Amino acid sequence: MSLTLRLQARVSSGPRTFRLDIDWQTSAQRIVIHGPSGAGKSLTLQALAGLLRPSAGRLAIGDTVLFDHTAGIDLPARQRQLGYVFQDYALFPHLDVRQNVAFGLQPGLRNPLRGARDPRVEHWLDALGLRLVAAQAPHTLSGGQRQRTALARALVSSPRALLLDEPFSALDPALRSRMRDELEQLLDQLRLPLVLISHDAEDLARFGEATLALAEGTRHDAR
Amino acid sequence: MDGALFQLAWPALTLSLRVAAWATAINLLLGVATGFALARLRWPGINLLDAVLTLPMVLPPTVLGYYLLVLLGRRGLVGNWLAQHFGITLIFTWQGAVIAATLVAFPLVLKAARTAFEQIDPQLEQAGRVLGLNEAAIFLRISLPLAWRGILAGGLLAFARALGEFGATLMVAGSIPGRTQTLSVAIFEAVQAGEDTLANMLVLITSTACVLILVCAGRLAPASPSSRRAQ
Repeated sequence: MSLTLRLQARVSSGPRTFRLDIDWQTSAQRIVIHGPSGAGKSLTLQALAGLLRPSAGRLAIGDTVLFDHTAGIDLPARQRQLGYVFQDYALFPHLDVRQNVAFGLQPGLRNPLRGARDPRVEHWLDALGLRLVAAQAPHTLSGGQRQRTALARALVSSPRALLLDEPFSALDPALRSRMRDELEQLLDQLRLPLVLISHDAEDLARFGEATLALAEGTRHDAR
Repeated sequence: MDGALFQLAWPALTLSLRVAAWATAINLLLGVATGFALARLRWPGINLLDAVLTLPMVLPPTVLGYYLLVLLGRRGLVGNWLAQHFGITLIFTWQGAVIAATLVAFPLVLKAARTAFEQIDPQLEQAGRVLGLNEAAIFLRISLPLAWRGILAGGLLAFARALGEFGATLMVAGSIPGRTQTLSVAIFEAVQAGEDTLANMLVLITSTACVLILVCAGRLAPASPSSRRAQ
């Protein structure tokens, strides 16, 4: 994969305005974005996913241009085909685990039916050890199960890349290291490009084929 | 209970239920649309708009009834237009009572819907976007299912409020027995005429209906687990 991250954006919340200004390119497969909180890591990921519209710049993954201000390209989030795992997973509380995983497979106006079986969904339920909790509501799951559900939901529609926002921060240390191993195995199997946000040195060492350090909304490479 | 008395009360009761049902159905549609807009739009004037739309809750119903008369009456802007183009008269009809009840109960649905939509974690809607849904699908598959309990509770309150509407209804629809005389108007007339047993029965019917509705609304009202983010 090659990733082009060139973006400028202003985000206002109340009286404060945050400026994001990044110009970075890499041909690495696995990328870790790190930096202190408030550095703009999540905003960068949101811009990649189409949840935040930059005021200028160009975003591309592989051959796909997601956003190009001068060319007038701005692919809507729903067409970017990126597997996004939110920091606290954002599982749908009104749907069970199986429905959550199946959610993106049908883009129509109705939710997947409870108990409907789709082979792609069943495959990921098995692959991530969710078979036994498939009919449960998200709030009854353990932290690891929740993360696997979010991963399965992102993976089931074969995304072009996986975007993870601090995926391990909500887990206890033992579980964190196990989920890291699971993620690495998955990425090896699927040959799936990864953009991961973390401020954990272990994640940098493990997944940071290329790393982008951010501070106050801009690139801040110490190395 | 006296059969003859009940025959007097029956038309008022069914009319009230019909008016309240229509008013609630209209308010659910309008209230959900407006509540969603108020919860999501980030326009500067949005709270002023909310205040104006909440006005029917605090204004005396007679004032609302007067506005409606001015607007819908024979010489009113809307009333004149409706009469000329469609031959429709709303004043002194049960449809006029529906409009009065709708207006008075509208803020109850609006408030409930706005609050219910605002309580939804915005990340859930973003997750829907990333998973390939368009905005209509996000509304129907994420926002509405997570907000419906709150909206329904507001709808029940609106039904109860519409059922008991008096002031605006009397001014717009009048008090024609069997045609526009709702329960609360019939009670007023019964008391004025000194028919105490009829008044007693009507009051009892109205009170029972309202208590039942409030109990149902109370069961729906507490934030359901579905409206909170799974943590």
